[in-house]
Amino acid sequence: MSEVISVSHLSKSFGDHHVLRDIDFTVNKGEVVCIIGSSGSGKSTLLRCLNLLEQPSGGEIYYKGQSILQDKHNLQEYCTKMGMVFQQFNLFNNHNVLNNCLIGQTTVLKRSKEEATNVTMKYLDVVGMSQYINAKPSQLSGGQKQRVAIARALSMEPDVILFDEPTSALDPEMVGEVLKVMKDLAETGLTMLVVTHEMGFAREVADRVVFMDQGVIVEEGTPEEIFENPKEGRTKEFLKRV
Amino acid sequence: MNEFFQKAIDLIQIYWPMFLRGAWTTLYISIIGTVSGFIIGLLMGIIRTIPGSKKKGSIKGFLLKIINFLISAYVEIFRGTPMIVQAMVIYYGIPIVTGYQLDKFAAAMFIVAVNTGAYMSEIVRGGIVSIDKGQFEAAHAIGMNHVQTMVHVVLPQVIRNILPATGNEFVINIKDTSVLNVIAVTELFYNTNSIASSNYLYFQAFLIASVIYFVMTFTITRILRFIERKIDGPSNYVILDNQKPSVKGEVMGSGHNQVSLPKKGGTK
Repeated sequence: MSEVISVSHLSKSFGDHHVLRDIDFTVNKGEVVCIIGSSGSGKSTLLRCLNLLEQPSGGEIYYKGQSILQDKHNLQEYCTKMGMVFQQFNLFNNHNVLNNCLIGQTTVLKRSKEEATNVTMKYLDVVGMSQYINAKPSQLSGGQKQRVAIARALSMEPDVILFDEPTSALDPEMVGEVLKVMKDLAETGLTMLVVTHEMGFAREVADRVVFMDQGVIVEEGTPEEIFENPKEGRTKEFLKRV
Repeated sequence: MNEFFQKAIDLIQIYWPMFLRGAWTTLYISIIGTVSGFIIGLLMGIIRTIPGSKKKGSIKGFLLKIINFLISAYVEIFRGTPMIVQAMVIYYGIPIVTGYQLDKFAAAMFIVAVNTGAYMSEIVRGGIVSIDKGQFEAAHAIGMNHVQTMVHVVLPQVIRNILPATGNEFVINIKDTSVLNVIAVTELFYNTNSIASSNYLYFQAFLIASVIYFVMTFTITRILRFIERKIDGPSNYVILDNQKPSVKGEVMGSGHNQVSLPKKGGTK
């Protein structure tokens, strides 16, 4: 399996507060990696560092073997290769569903409107939102918004999609529809990195589970290893509580 | 009383072209001044929100600091001095400094534009700050640069939000162009003053002027309200029952009661 993202000695601090300490890990093509851990353990910050929404304080990120933090000229292209789905959806409020998915393709990828529309409709179909292309984000339910956000990320045809607690802001009854879409995507071989509190999802869908605590990766392994036989005390404690 | 109105009607009958010319001058100076000021404000807003360079001591960061300082100086100076004084300084100062005599209408529009621009810069900045951080992050995540983010995502939302404040500026400009009479711009106040003083009918002449001012400001605010509603768009949306982006299907009410998963082929 080929490495898509590889992180070495990554650290991030906000002032004196060290959020990430010496993180090393890799994501391979086609892999679904779930990051679990309690709030404040640095899971989201790690994801945001990968997308450069936060500038790492130290360490290096490699994208297909290329250093990202060193040569800065291809950052925009790198961002298009990292799709991102946010906890708060962050759909563009001034655009309807169709344009939310089109805008990145036409402005950043310079696709023609026709081509972009075809791509968009394909992915809106995948998430089951193709009927709603005329709706504004404010007219949709949380689950619908998140599915559009997933379609928006897919429309850019990235190498990896980063999910930052995609179901945490949803009503319990809407969590299912989003997780189902994500499960379907995982089966298509999409590379996914998911920060989640949904242990059931992690256990069922993930190829690999990473447990983080206090800014370090405590343990990683297959779902069986982490959920059935955690080696570290902190992992056991966390899993007992959830 | 009858005599009073008769005199007013006489004034209108004799001087209506002069009133209208003055009103037109007021209107076009205000429109061009406000629209240019609005554009200045948007540009300043874009520049002022460029994220600073992460590296310390970089040239980009240094340049940005200088530009931001210049913008702040511009805003503070033009906001902090009366337009009537600016009019005198600019109109009489430019020929002395540059040796080029500025046309008084050009000077008038320039003064109103830079003045409005100073206020609009702050209004736009406030508008940009109030946009949810998630909008910027989502734009960054799909690879947009600062200008693309601003043009396609942030500014359309900002413009909608600051339209009421822009309406204020517009109304203020229509009224405040009257101070431009000090550089002999023949706007409504200047013309009314000429009419009034040559006939010794100050009350009647300025009563007519105030009615004209009110009609202009009221019309402008109504037009802006109309534009606001246009931008907001319809409160309903159309659910499609096929996969083509054509307008077919039935109109739904608010989407909030739509929690069920739409099945392919159409849930109606």
